[in-house]
Amino acid sequence: MTGWSWIRIATILVYLFLFAPVAVVILLAFNANQFGSFPIQGFSLRWFEALYHNDAIVRAFKTSLLLGVLTSAISTTLGTLAALAMVRYDFPGKRTVSSLLVAPILIPEVVLAVALLLFLQFLSLPKSFFLLLMGHVVFTLPFVVLVVQARLVSIRRDVEEAAMSLGATPIQTFFEITLPLMLPAVMAGMLFSFTISFDDITGTLFWKPGGIETVPTQIFAMLRNSISPEINALGAVMVIFTVALPLLGTAIARRMSAAKMKSAKT
Amino acid sequence: MAETRNAVELRNVVKRFGEFTAVQRMNLTVPDNSFVTFLGPSGCGKTTTLRMIAGLTDITDGDLLIRDKRVNALPIHKRNLGLVFQSYALFPHKTIFDNIAFGLKYRKIPRSMIGEKVKRALDLVQLPNVGDRYPNQLSGGQQQRIALARAIVIEPDVLLLDEPLSALDANLREEMRVELKRIQRELGIATVFVTHDQSEALAMSDKLVVMNNGMIEQEGAPEDVYNNPVSAFVADFLGHSNIIAGELDGPDQEYMPVHLSSGETLLTTRQQAGRVARVEGSKSVRAVIRAEKIDLSTENIPQDGMVALPGRIKTVDYLGQTARYFVTVNGRDWQVINPINAHPHAEGADVFMNIAARNCVILPGHAD
Ligand SMILES: Nc1ncnc2c1ncn2[C@@H]1O[C@H](COP(=O)(O)OP(=O)(O)OP(=O)(O)O)[C@@H](O)[C@H]1O
Ligand SMILES: [Mg+2]
Repeated sequence: MTGWSWIRIATILVYLFLFAPVAVVILLAFNANQFGSFPIQGFSLRWFEALYHNDAIVRAFKTSLLLGVLTSAISTTLGTLAALAMVRYDFPGKRTVSSLLVAPILIPEVVLAVALLLFLQFLSLPKSFFLLLMGHVVFTLPFVVLVVQARLVSIRRDVEEAAMSLGATPIQTFFEITLPLMLPAVMAGMLFSFTISFDDITGTLFWKPGGIETVPTQIFAMLRNSISPEINALGAVMVIFTVALPLLGTAIARRMSAAKMKSAKT
Repeated sequence: MAETRNAVELRNVVKRFGEFTAVQRMNLTVPDNSFVTFLGPSGCGKTTTLRMIAGLTDITDGDLLIRDKRVNALPIHKRNLGLVFQSYALFPHKTIFDNIAFGLKYRKIPRSMIGEKVKRALDLVQLPNVGDRYPNQLSGGQQQRIALARAIVIEPDVLLLDEPLSALDANLREEMRVELKRIQRELGIATVFVTHDQSEALAMSDKLVVMNNGMIEQEGAPEDVYNNPVSAFVADFLGHSNIIAGELDGPDQEYMPVHLSSGETLLTTRQQAGRVARVEGSKSVRAVIRAEKIDLSTENIPQDGMVALPGRIKTVDYLGQTARYFVTVNGRDWQVINPINAHPHAEGADVFMNIAARNCVILPGHAD
């Protein structure tokens, strides 16, 4: 056997190892059997129905959605502005600010989580939804900054200069030229921060106030009692949200730009 | 008739980047309707000067006037300038029509007029049917025409072009150069053109500004600058010159001898010699002879006001319609560029270099 076939086999095994469990969860979510395990005994949506009627899960789901949407809105706005400042302006201490902005990616999440918690205690602030939200913003922000920054670097300054020479003020130039050109990156940042917030567990466990559960913490809590097939169904739903949503987003974006090209040709 | 005014005027303009002075006390005028070219080696401050005129870089010291108004502190979007970059800088997400209409939107021009003006601009750059396309659907040359159309459609006070042809290949460059000059004449827009291509500069300009180290070395009509360089830098930068130290000798007469340090004697004219007469005490000068002002011949035909130096051809570079020779005279190599009639001179041939007195430019002897 050649070296290449070994590499091929190894690759396939690695991917199997990664994705087989996910496939199993999704398969079992449709299993009619009482004990979420093999062999599969008929196709059923009963676990999804059970999910829908489980108040705790529905509540957790709503919390996660709200948290994800707010996190993504705040992170995207702040991150985009920060990226603009980093790429387009010079100010003292820029390098320091730049590394501080991306630091949360490098620091282990547990450390970050504990640090923020201690900080809150130091300020004698109680845990609240708002602080949970701030926590999520802190560690999703770097992703937005990095993605938007990368895009912004590729937008040539002279395009903006041309716009200004034609009479557009700097603000008009931003909205007419810069923003449309960096929009794909802003959207990507938005999806990133939503997904990251939506399936975060470490930070959330530390920061969430009593009585509030997100989908991941809810699953975690349920697992402590028993492995209910509902969890499989919930897992399937999570996968749809965190994988299908970004895919859908990029597909729509591609469709939109394709349509634009088409209308340009006619 | 209206007096010619200056579209742009620089008075003692200085630009420093920290400790580094990029432009030093520059005084310059761009007359109405004229085509002014900045020519100089890389890093000499051409772009910096252009960006100061545009308002993209602020001025450290001095005054900048556009149409006789001091505009030092006026932001770029209020200056009414047409700007064209080497990189085209079209808006990739807008159609060609919207690219060109962009500047008109900010000028309170009625909608119906915008379509009309864009169409005229597209006709002017000879691309009437591309309005619906996007920039990435055009070739480089076409994109540069659109960039030009976008800049002139707003009827700017000055058109500023920073190496607009550099990204194009040689043939297209030639064609665009003619086109650009035609459009500029047709519209009569005062234009500042930056290049480091000397043939471009010589062909297009009404006024040529040769820059070096953030300073103007010489400015004037292209032929003037070309034929009468005021410094060794200009002589060397524009075309190829032989620059040789020597002594100016003899009484004030029509043709005056110049004894070169290498031993030969050339003739120069009284007029040429007059340019260094003001330098007191010293008669040491530098003689500048352009490579293409030396005629090679196989026989010595004595002529008035002409010196023939015997030499031997060391190398021949075939350049198409011309050939470049290195001719050795008394151990020194002279550069000579001559048109080729039938056959170029052969390597190793003995020739005479015929140099007319009027083509022997005299510069002061001491260093610049
Ligand atoms: N923002 C800046 N900060 C510091 N130095 C600068 C800056 N911009 C230009 N310079 C310096 O100023 C000098 C002139 O630069 P400029 O861009 O005007 O040159 P140029 O004549 O246009 O050269 P080229 O033909 O290569 O385009 C250069 O030495 C350059 O390094
Ligand atoms: Mg330049």
